[in-house]
Amino acid sequence: MQEHDKLVHFEIFVVPHMAAAYNLARWLTRNEHDAEDVVQEAYLRAYRFFDSYRGGDCRTWLLTVVRNTCYTWLQQNRRATTPLDDEMPELDSTQSNPEALLLRSVDAEMLRQALEELPVEFREAIVLREFEGLSYKEISAITCVPLGTTMSRLARARGRLQKILSGRMEKGGAA
Amino acid sequence: MSCEDTRGLLHAYVDGELDLVRSLEIEKHIEGCKDCTRAVENQRALGTALRSGSLYYRMPRELKPRVDAALRRASRPDVLSRRIPWSMLAVAAGLLLAGAFLGRFVPGRSGSQAGELVAQEVLDSHLRSLIPGHLADVQSTDRHTVKPWFNGKLDFSPPVNDFAEQGFPLTGGRLDSVDGHSVAVLVYQRRLHVVNLYIWPTAGSTDSGVSENARQGYNMLHWTRDGMNWWLASDVNVAELRSLAGLLRANPTNAPSTP
Repeated sequence: MQEHDKLVHFEIFVVPHMAAAYNLARWLTRNEHDAEDVVQEAYLRAYRFFDSYRGGDCRTWLLTVVRNTCYTWLQQNRRATTPLDDEMPELDSTQSNPEALLLRSVDAEMLRQALEELPVEFREAIVLREFEGLSYKEISAITCVPLGTTMSRLARARGRLQKILSGRMEKGGAA
Repeated sequence: MSCEDTRGLLHAYVDGELDLVRSLEIEKHIEGCKDCTRAVENQRALGTALRSGSLYYRMPRELKPRVDAALRRASRPDVLSRRIPWSMLAVAAGLLLAGAFLGRFVPGRSGSQAGELVAQEVLDSHLRSLIPGHLADVQSTDRHTVKPWFNGKLDFSPPVNDFAEQGFPLTGGRLDSVDGHSVAVLVYQRRLHVVNLYIWPTAGSTDSGVSENARQGYNMLHWTRDGMNWWLASDVNVAELRSLAGLLRANPTNAPSTP
């Protein structure tokens, strides 16, 4: 592909997904400036590898690059937490479930904080599923894990979110 | 299906990731199970709260021009070495000379490689703007709507004029990025054709004449005036573009004001 045509194609297919790229980077880095740097770096990487892009969903392809760039960034900045143990059983979250009605009244800020507290693997699963509406298959492709792992990560992530939220709301109710 | 079996699949069920047979089995179980019903309600409520939209981080306005500029820098070295081979340059120089001789070209920046690259960037931007939905960020035929729209988005205030009476109605404006600068783009219409006018500050203060440039079937006019770069890009014929350039250059309210 000629360089100029490549850039034009890239701008038509990849650049429109920048909002999704930023949202993912922002959630994974938990910092707006770092998210901007990561998005720029990811776009440069994506541009370099654009020749190897063979069709398919462009957003998924781009988000894979953004996600990998985020992880490189997290490692370089030593913010990586201990790797997640996918085999570890989660406590049954249904025991401490708040009522559904209570969850409906949770405010956005509380939810944002709770989501930020989750391990990065859980956070990315939630962001890709709930914010981008991706399928388990697409999430598995982006995060390089089997389908079953995506399923269990989502279940555990939601369980933890509910637990954090019910804890906060009980405290809030008591105060 | 037991409660335990169901629990493991509830999330996939609510996410619509199960096949029909499994989904029906789970529905059947849930009907008679209070705990599982509540778990499903909780999951739905959590999903609704998460998807309410307020948790989606909006990207800052400066990000796109910044990434665009980085991409252009990344794609540039190859562009320079490949797009302008020396033999072509010689031909171009010959054409320029001939053009100058005929009085049709005024030598300007278009002779330099930097000018070539800017011209290509302006043309690329013009082509992108023709993709549906990319033409204008603010759509209005009223210059008093278009001009304030740029406030705070640029570090200069572009002059905005409507030439509807002369056959070039203003239809809107947008931000774009050319040559590493954030630029103002005013969109004019000529019959059914789009004319994009690019304006951004120039480093030099000298005013230049209008240079003309045709590439890939599009006509482009460029000049500098009042400390600004001016580019017109369109597929309308060059005589008509010249008349718009004349209007822009003659307009007394042309002097750009800095905010």
